[in-house]
Amino acid sequence: MNLPQQVKVGDELPELPIPITARQIVAGAIASQDFEDVHHDKAAANQKGTPDIFMNILTTNGLVGRYLSDWAGPTVRIRRISLKLGAPNYPGDTMVMSGQVTAVQDNELEIAFKGKNGLGNHVTGTGYLTLEESA
Amino acid sequence: MNTALSDLEQAIEPLRKRYIGQRVGPYLAWNKVSRTQIWQWCAAMGDTHPEYLGGETAIAPPTMLQSWTFRDVHGDYAPGSTDQNTYEVLGKLDELGYFGSVAVSYDQQYLEYLHEGDHVHSFSTISDISALKNTALGTGCFVTELAEYFRQDKTLIGTATITYLKYQPNQTSTGAPPSSPRKIERIRPVENTDSQHYWQGLRDGKLLIQQCSDCDVSRHPPQPMCEACQSINWHTVESTRRGKIYSFTSIHHPEIPPFDSPNCIVLVDLDEGVRIAAQITGVKYDELKIGMPVRANIVEVQKGLSLPIFEVEQ
Ligand SMILES: [Zn+2]
Repeated sequence: MNLPQQVKVGDELPELPIPITARQIVAGAIASQDFEDVHHDKAAANQKGTPDIFMNILTTNGLVGRYLSDWAGPTVRIRRISLKLGAPNYPGDTMVMSGQVTAVQDNELEIAFKGKNGLGNHVTGTGYLTLEESA
Repeated sequence: MNTALSDLEQAIEPLRKRYIGQRVGPYLAWNKVSRTQIWQWCAAMGDTHPEYLGGETAIAPPTMLQSWTFRDVHGDYAPGSTDQNTYEVLGKLDELGYFGSVAVSYDQQYLEYLHEGDHVHSFSTISDISALKNTALGTGCFVTELAEYFRQDKTLIGTATITYLKYQPNQTSTGAPPSSPRKIERIRPVENTDSQHYWQGLRDGKLLIQQCSDCDVSRHPPQPMCEACQSINWHTVESTRRGKIYSFTSIHHPEIPPFDSPNCIVLVDLDEGVRIAAQITGVKYDELKIGMPVRANIVEVQKGLSLPIFEVEQ
């Protein structure tokens, strides 16, 4: 378990490869109530200049949240996620999540993360976590 | 700014006056926070964090924030919501030809976690519409929205700042086969009479070093003539791929696909007496040292292209 006193700046989070499939993209879009056509309709996505449907930002955010809290354990509170999107996540690709601890202050942690796919960095950003006393 | 762009700017200016800074709402959630909706989210994200569904009362992953007050599949807001559409400005930009839409950045603060039974409402403000810019996707502008989310007791539970690019697509894409995003590949080396043996050697799993057939001096990279005796007679010897780091560098910025980041490059003095530049992996950039013993593996980095890639020899 990652108790605050054991975590230090420079610690790396284990990498997490996430296969990007049409099913993953559509499931994430529906779970996040995002019915924009580019997240489920390939023809509509083509019309807008992209080769296929692509992942919506809420799914990216949800996957980032999962990545951070999986690492930090059951007592974590996610306080803030700030991210930038780059290369789209298209079906058939794999996004590899990685991260590094960039600040530790008492029980507050700051994590720089990124998700890299075959086209470059899909997402880069910073997560702000609090580790609470376990009950 | 060129003339064409400033003419286009004129069309957007009224939208800035009309929409920026207007706080609209409330937008109500269609449903109270429920175990079912949390389960659907966690299943889609592969999120098995025990806090969300493990207890008597389900707790929502905070990253669900924005989804609670979205429109339904028909594009309708929940009853009790304002009639004003915060995204009206996006429709106006569609009409001006900027019908492409992608989110480019996202900043969410989570002040309180939501529990099963909570009922969310939100307010939204368009905080900026940028000047027109030429982007990789096409010409367009960045629209920034600030959304504030409240619980039924009026407690602010979170905020989201979202920036969208609204753009006129450069081209429509219909030819790409499904489920096969184009991977960014390395630039292929030129293979000519003087160097073909080297690249073919790598494809055959061998690191071949040129050696002069007249004076036995080894050389790398491949070249047609011996620098020591000007002979053009040569043969190759297979390298043991062992050597010591002569120098190194690690490239952090910019990140260029498909290369690793940081990309650690070493100059290695091979036991055969020649110096070679290649990538090194399996070692952190700040652990590299001049003089380290290293050994190269030959790796097929993409179809038809194999390269020597070093690792530290234990
Ligand atoms: Zn010679």
